[in-house]
Amino acid sequence: MQDVTYLRPETIQDAVQLYRTTPGCRPLAGGTDLMVMLHAGTLRPQPRAVLDVWSLRELKGVRRVGDALEIGAAESYTGIIRSADANRYVPALVAAARTIGAAQIQNRGTLGGNLANASPAGDTLPVLLAYDAVVVTDRRTIRIDNFFLGYRKTALQADELITAVRVPLDRDVVFRKVGTRAAQAISKIVMAVCRAPARVAVGSVAEVPMRAGGAERALAEGDVAGAVGAVAADIRPIDDVRSTADYRRAVTQNVLRELLDAFTRE
Amino acid sequence: MVSRSPIGQSVPRREGVAKVTGAAKYTDDLVIVGAWYGKTVRSTIAAGRLRAISLDPAFDWSRVVVVTAADIPGENVVHLIRDDQPVLARVGGDIRHKEEPILLLAAPERGTLEAAARHVRMEYEPSTPVYDLDGALEVYSTIQITKGDVDSVQGEVIERTFKVGLQEQLYIEPQGAIAIPEPGGAIRIIGSLQCPYYVHRALKRALKLSDAQAIVVQAETGGGFGGKEEYPSMVAIHAALLARKAGRPVRLIYDRHEDLAATTKRHPGVITHRTTVKKDGTLLAQDIEIVLDGGGYCTLTPVVLSRAAIHAAGAYSCPNVRIRARAVATNTPPNGAFRGFGAPQSLFAAELMVEHAAGRLGMSSVDLRRKWMLRLGDTTATGQKLTESVGSELVLDAALKAAATVQPSNRPTVRRGRGLSLVFHGSGFTGSGEKKLQGTIGFEALADGTFRILTASTEIGQGTKTIFCQLAADALGVSLDRVTLAPQDTSLVPDSGPTVASRTAMIVGRLVQDAAAEVQQRLARGEQPPIAIQKSYIQPDSLSWDETNYRGDAYPIYAWACTIADVDVDMITGEVRVTDLVTAVDCGKALHPVMAEGQIEGGSLQAVGWATIEEIKMKDGAYQNDRLATYLIPTALDAPRIRTILVENPYSRGPFGAKGIGELPMDGPAPAILAALHDATGVWLDEIPATPEKVLAACASR
Amino acid sequence: MRFTLNGRSVTYEASGARRLLDVLREDLGATGTKEGCGEGECGACSVLINGEVVDSCLVAVGQVEGCEVVTVEGLAEGTELSALQQAFINYGAAQCGICTPGMLLAAHVLLQRPDRLSADDVREGLAGNLCRCTGYTKIIEAVLSCRT
Repeated sequence: MQDVTYLRPETIQDAVQLYRTTPGCRPLAGGTDLMVMLHAGTLRPQPRAVLDVWSLRELKGVRRVGDALEIGAAESYTGIIRSADANRYVPALVAAARTIGAAQIQNRGTLGGNLANASPAGDTLPVLLAYDAVVVTDRRTIRIDNFFLGYRKTALQADELITAVRVPLDRDVVFRKVGTRAAQAISKIVMAVCRAPARVAVGSVAEVPMRAGGAERALAEGDVAGAVGAVAADIRPIDDVRSTADYRRAVTQNVLRELLDAFTRE
Repeated sequence: MVSRSPIGQSVPRREGVAKVTGAAKYTDDLVIVGAWYGKTVRSTIAAGRLRAISLDPAFDWSRVVVVTAADIPGENVVHLIRDDQPVLARVGGDIRHKEEPILLLAAPERGTLEAAARHVRMEYEPSTPVYDLDGALEVYSTIQITKGDVDSVQGEVIERTFKVGLQEQLYIEPQGAIAIPEPGGAIRIIGSLQCPYYVHRALKRALKLSDAQAIVVQAETGGGFGGKEEYPSMVAIHAALLARKAGRPVRLIYDRHEDLAATTKRHPGVITHRTTVKKDGTLLAQDIEIVLDGGGYCTLTPVVLSRAAIHAAGAYSCPNVRIRARAVATNTPPNGAFRGFGAPQSLFAAELMVEHAAGRLGMSSVDLRRKWMLRLGDTTATGQKLTESVGSELVLDAALKAAATVQPSNRPTVRRGRGLSLVFHGSGFTGSGEKKLQGTIGFEALADGTFRILTASTEIGQGTKTIFCQLAADALGVSLDRVTLAPQDTSLVPDSGPTVASRTAMIVGRLVQDAAAEVQQRLARGEQPPIAIQKSYIQPDSLSWDETNYRGDAYPIYAWACTIADVDVDMITGEVRVTDLVTAVDCGKALHPVMAEGQIEGGSLQAVGWATIEEIKMKDGAYQNDRLATYLIPTALDAPRIRTILVENPYSRGPFGAKGIGELPMDGPAPAILAALHDATGVWLDEIPATPEKVLAACASR
Repeated sequence: MRFTLNGRSVTYEASGARRLLDVLREDLGATGTKEGCGEGECGACSVLINGEVVDSCLVAVGQVEGCEVVTVEGLAEGTELSALQQAFINYGAAQCGICTPGMLLAAHVLLQRPDRLSADDVREGLAGNLCRCTGYTKIIEAVLSCRT
């Protein structure tokens, strides 16, 4: 780690410039993923520099922008949890943030980090999918549907920096995470459902956080049983150190049923 | 003279201020000028031969120190029981498990160390590894316990097989030792350890050192639970070899990943019971088979098997018992000591058998326990007559009285249930262990009016230092601050035995008490300090143990516990959440009530984790759960409310009647939780951990 | 770069990418903060940065430029223990003590909250600090005793 240069831009423009011009450079926000990998030496390729964007004011904050809630890419989960606007407009995202790690991780973890790592188990990612969120970068916007291209592979260009996430205000989304324990847990499955438009987004059941198309089509027609049946075929879970494909399939169905029943009860 | 004895008072922890201010120095906190860092390079195959080690010439090897088996001056053996485990695998020799140590490196900075490790290549001749218990690689130990004649008995037979999984001790401070070469060919080890003299013996053999040349010092230790009983010998020898070759101190501190991947775990196994009963519930016979997996080398396996076998029939009186136990080798990392040491495994099975028998008989399992439990005057499976301090019914009644009424679940998808277990645990070493060991302490009255305890028994959080000072201060009639302890340094203190086997307060504490009383008498007769005496354990004549036939007084005394577990089972996910634990423990006497409770609360949560979320999956002889993100212990949010009831039922030879209880808390929760799971869902699981995957599948197939 | 550590100003001149945990333990001699896992899972390395509890194994030292860092060594007032530290002693909340520094800092932050604290709040607030010795029972008692 001694050989890694630490870069700290003062403004977003500096950050963008440095990211474009520094070879082997990785953006560093809260460090909850990057610092672990850096210390363990597991990053490929090995980075030559880290670009600290954690303190950039332009990447912090939760604010209304038109008909969306805009959350800075380096805003902490704690910041999201404490935001009155987030609680009002995107309660499912707040619920997801609350299930991540524990206090220490929530104080440093960020949406930007969750998105850039694109882990299939990222807890906020199915929520962003269910909300039809938009990823804002230094050069464009990317719809969340188009963001995850493959296992830990995103649509971001090599030197493209996430600056914010925009979430529509008018969606009714519910969330449930099934973790390995009550806190500090990676998900076995993590799900977010939007009633209308019909969105069923699930994490940890494929190589990417995914939308369950069959379930969504059934849900759009109000067919709850059909959605629960279809989701089993939509997902492609595996056996891994945390859980089994069979369990993930069964629980995905159970959780979807539970979340949809909650909708109908309202 | 002091008017109030500190015995039975929850006095402040002796080293408490240091611990809450960050001043306490654990091994890696120590600054040793000029020290290099060490690293262990390990096998990547599970079975075969090591053909060659090659050091890539592209790396500048003059920057590091390299140690192989050829550098071992003494015997290439980690001294323990069987002498089968090498310090380092040698070229041409066997590899018996993944992560087996092959080569050691030391360098002035970590970056160089990591780079050097990347330039080491091993050539192996792999052979077919054996991972399953029937693979018949080798049998480490067999034990048979016979009482009466099980084959002659007729009645209703209940048969069931149970499986228990691996468990990692997960002390929050990883393993580590610093080795410092000293004049005269001496080596000083400062390390995170439970048993300084185990390390001392191992160091002498491998490095060909005299008693005086091997110096082992225990640093403040961040948890042990058995995981630092034998493994530190390996770490210490490795550090010493590097320090010897480098001619300077070397720090060998494991990171969490290495600790999880390479160090000892609780023995997993399979236990089968065939229990014969009369229709009225009378227990007629218990026929039990145990197979434990020892992993690639023997380590402490025979002793673990011994305790597992002796406890296998449970806290019950039965006229006909046959226990056949064996421990086998597999090509997995060696398993070793972990709190309970075989008893949690066999008691898990024994307790669930009571539940199954009760189900078959249509009786309540609490009533069945009352019928079966060992009482004063009964004999155990090894024919030991229980002549005093049998707390079985006391703890059962106390737990039942204390447990709150179950509130029904108010969520339709969550089912609630309650389960109970009754267990006992032998305090002290098995059989002739204490007699052979002859643990010895020193005790001094100093000229300045203070008193000093000299013991190798270590403080690892359980309160050794505090309790020893309480016992001494009481016997002397002085205030606590007049009593001190010498460091746990083999060059300063005699061998009071290892800090294991629930023996420290009961056996060694009694020596402290007796020594202090003797010194007090001498002072009272007018003798002037300095006075220095030693006290050694003397086996009471009334205890007799037949090691060959496994009959007689297996332990000096037993402690007893009844645990009631309440669980919430989420029927959507299969998650089992333990919400409440109530445990009544017959501890003989609570010398320090808060510390006694602390042992029970901590041990209980470890058992909760073992029963629910602490799972280790094996793949090709390696643990897949080799990071803290994947090996899960309970967080504060996972932990149940734990209520402890201390029952004082004195043991005549314990200090103030105290019995050892360090391991007992590990025995009760797991079967109580599985009984609660059944109460909640109607489902019986026969194995732990009772993961959500297993629970959901079992509920679905019901 | 500059930051304050337990109220004292510190100037640091080596690599900003170095873990704050290593800087504290190795360069500044503040060994009260412990390494239990290096993965942000155990909380033994917890410190406060501008009053928030974080895992110092996850912080690059450059990131604390201009910040107030508090470690366990900063909890006592000279030789006088804080009420929380004293409670940990009185209630037996520290056994082996390795998790204690991080646990104290996480609890310290909890106790800064003006609202009521239930046992469940304490469990949630301490969920990022693993303890293997105590079962958490007496830790929760100790923390709650400071908020009555």
